[in-house]
Order: sequence, then C-alpha cells, then structure tokens
Amino acid sequence: MKQSSDRPLGVTRRRVLEVGTIASALSFVRDPRLAQADTLSDAEASPNLVTVGLQINGRAHTLTLDPRTTLLDALREHLGLTGTKKGCDQGQCGACTVIVNGQRINSCLTLAVMHAGDEITTIEGLANDDGLHPMQAAFVRRDALQCGYCTPGQICSAVAVLAEHKAGWPSYATADIASEPMLTEAEIRERMSGNICRCSAYPNIVAAIRDVVEGDRT
Amino acid sequence: MKPFHYERSSDVSSACAVAARPASKFVAGGTNLIDLMKLEIETPAQIIDINALPLGGIEETPEQGLRIGALVTNSALAADMNVRRKYPLLSQAILAGASGQLRNKATTGGNLLQRTRCPYFYDTTKPCNKRQPGSGCAALEGLNRMNAVLGVSDNCIAAHPSDMAVAMTALDARIETIAADGATRTIPIDGLYRAPGDTPNIETVLQPGELIKSVVLPPPPPGRQIYRKVRDRASYAFALVSVAAIVAHEKNHVQDARVAFGGISYKPWRSAQAESTLSGASLTRSSYDAAGTAALKNARGYGHNNFKIPLARRTLRAALAEVTGTI
Repeated sequence: MKQSSDRPLGVTRRRVLEVGTIASALSFVRDPRLAQADTLSDAEASPNLVTVGLQINGRAHTLTLDPRTTLLDALREHLGLTGTKKGCDQGQCGACTVIVNGQRINSCLTLAVMHAGDEITTIEGLANDDGLHPMQAAFVRRDALQCGYCTPGQICSAVAVLAEHKAGWPSYATADIASEPMLTEAEIRERMSGNICRCSAYPNIVAAIRDVVEGDRT
Repeated sequence: MKPFHYERSSDVSSACAVAARPASKFVAGGTNLIDLMKLEIETPAQIIDINALPLGGIEETPEQGLRIGALVTNSALAADMNVRRKYPLLSQAILAGASGQLRNKATTGGNLLQRTRCPYFYDTTKPCNKRQPGSGCAALEGLNRMNAVLGVSDNCIAAHPSDMAVAMTALDARIETIAADGATRTIPIDGLYRAPGDTPNIETVLQPGELIKSVVLPPPPPGRQIYRKVRDRASYAFALVSVAAIVAHEKNHVQDARVAFGGISYKPWRSAQAESTLSGASLTRSSYDAAGTAALKNARGYGHNNFKIPLARRTLRAALAEVTGTI
C-alpha cells in the first residue's frame, strides 16, 4: 500500500479514507461532533436534544445528543474513540462490542442516552501504563487477526467471556447446565459466536484466549 | 431512523400512562426495537425507557415456583442456579438463542415480545401485512424457508423467533401485566399470542400501555427436561425447528409428557395432540413417531419450508429418545 506516502502532513489514515469515500474537502476541517447527520438515515431535525453523562474508560464525558444516536456513534463520531468498529450496525457481527458495567454488549443496538451513569470500557481502555492488556498481548503473540477490523470487538468480547466464566455462567456447549464448565475450545467457540471474523482467523483467536485462560490458571 | 421523544421512567404507573398514548413504545434491552427503528419498520413517536423500573430479580414463589422480573436479562436468567437446577430446559433454550452480547441486553419481557425475523417483514420494498396491513404477504410465494407451517393464515406465515418462549410454554408460564389504569392481570403464555388471521399486525393480547411486569413459572413438573434446536449454523442462528420436552416415565412407558415446538408457528406451539398420544405410550420409536404425526397433522408447507414438517417430527423423536434415555 502506498497510502502512507500519499498522506498529507498531519492527516490521519482515517481522515484520508474519509476524503476518499466522501470526496469532500470539508472532512479535513469537520468537527466530529458535527458528523451526526452522516450516521442517521434521516436528516430531519430532531424534536429534542438530550444531555447525557457517560463514564468511558474511567473518564466522565457530557454529551448533548440527538436521542437517535447509538452508543457506537457516540463513541466514534462524538468522542473520537474509533477503536470500536462499525461492521453490520445491526447486531450480527460483534465488531462494535464494548463492555458496559462489566458485561459485553453490541454498542450499535443501544442508544447512548440509555447509558447515563454506566461504566463503559472500550478497546482504548484495556491497556494501562504497564502495557497491553493480557488479552491484547495474547492476540499479538498468536497473530489472531488478518485485517484487524473485528479485533477490538473480539478482544472486548474475550475479556468479558473470561469474566462470565469466572462468574460461573454456563453456555450452550455446557453438557451439564448446572455445572461449572472448563473453558474448553468448544466452550470458547460457542461463547465467542457473536463475533464474526471475515478473515476467518478463528483458530488463532481461540488459541489466544486459551493462552490467557491457562495463564490465569497458573 | 425517525425522530422520537425519549423519556426515562422511574415508576411503573407513569410509564404505562405515557405508553398508552398513540405511537409509544417501551424500550428495555432494545436489541430488536432499535434494529427495527433503524430500518423504519418501527417508527415510534415516543419511547419510554423502562430500565430504571423496579422489575428485576428472580424470587421463589410460595408454591415453589419462580417469579422472574420482566427486566431480568436473558444472560442472568440462564445463569441463575435455581433455573439451571429446576428448569434446565429454560437455561438451555435461552443459551441456544442469539449471542452473549445480545443476551446481556435482551430482557425477559422483551424476548417474549420480539418481532418475527421473516425476511419480508424486514424488506420495506415488499408487501407485508404485518408491517403494512392490507399490502399482502410476499412470503407466501417467496423465499419462505424460515416461515411457519402451523396455525398461520394466507395473510401471514411469519414464525415466532424466540427460543426462551418455547421453554416457558412447555413450563406453563404465566405472564403478569399492569395496564395504564393500574389494573393487573395474569395471562397464560399460550394465550399471550394472537393467531395472524386477518390482522397479523396485532401479535399479542396486550393493550396499549400494558406492561409485562413478570413471568411466573409454576413448580417444575415431574420428569426430565430437554430443549433441542435444529438450525443452519451450530451457534447464533434462529431455529428451523426446536422442541422443548418434559417427560416423566416408568420403566417402559410414558406417564406424563409436555411438548412445545419452536420455529413452526406464529407462537411457541404447545402440542396437546403429541402429549395425549404419548400419555401411557411405550418408550419406542414408533410411539415417538406417532406423537410427531399427531403434532404435525394439520401442518401445511408453503414450498421452501415443506421440509419443516418432517424435520419437526424427527426432532421430536430425537428429543424424546434423548430425554427418556432410549436412544
């Protein structure tokens, strides 16, 4: 790809893609908070704006939003947290997975205004000053991706899978539903079925998650 | 998405009063409603966020059953140890549906009221009597592989997509509601859904502003429980056919059986015919096949979904063989 050498000084790859897609010089100067109209299928004026406080990756944000704004669009278009990806935008692919109050959800199928006071963790919030989150490191070590578009959702989902397992939650792969299952390959595959990988990197995704499970056990 | 007014409600009676106004919708998990709003299939003028209402929690009832709050998530319900021990088919059914992310948001009340996944209901360029009354049914002559074979009409052959509701139907669950005027009532789950007839756009007996507060499970009936689901993918796919069965048996014959099917009708399909055929029957393949034949006697295929009729019979046979240990 010769994209990087074409990149105008100080303009991110994402902005270059936006210009290419939208073919509008305005994209260079556009405030992300004004991007809302692009993300709604209907440009009609909203009857009411709503102010909502969101706790994202340990930081408080106050946003004034059209109530139609999904949590996904609030993260990406209003807060610039573009690590969370928009894939299908209808809850089928899992690319938009974030962790809300400790549980993974599809951020495309929920409205931002419904999350006042909730603790939201995105892929940007997993690493800390000590380095990558163990799940991120395992994905790197195992080369658990090709194009990488689904990866933030895969990693957020996998982190939450481990918490669900620690809480003793069963899955459809659990033979005795009242037992506390081991996180076998079959269990991991079933629990991760809401995250689709177009490149089919599944074997290495499962291997990365197993590494973290086994690391936790030792 | 069409603009709407958003309101977060903190008490049940005001939520119901607001919701009784035209074009109002409750939202809890939102995993189905928000998807449909993006497609402008649902176009509420007002949505009432009920997540702050005190409708959570799972408690034992005096009769040794369970009362499940309408806002209990599918994940929490499936993971509840009382449910896993006493109603294992309910946990199995919930875990057979959707994905981990969706089950974390989807609620008990919302799961019951989710809309069909008929592709013509979703395709706003095609006729659909459920989406636009009087426009016709594109599924009748269309790609109707996922559609229903029992209890439907020539105005609509949409199938109910829930797994959870199939298990609840086998368990004789009761739905507790509160209306806009404060009146409460209890609806047997089998009476919650309306047959499509001439008005497939009206799917339940609930009135405008009427809110599901809780679902009550009677004590589990005797016998072993099973939920068996057949689908195109091993995970994260809607049922082609599913069977919830509860069977009590002595050494050689059935004492009591309950059978409900998913994926074949506008509602979870409890089969009194299969149950009476099984009562007292021997634990043999021919008994199981007779039950399936009785259950599907009035079934009608619409072309692409003809396969569901023999598939439902075979799925019942396999479920009965497994639950009685007579494979």
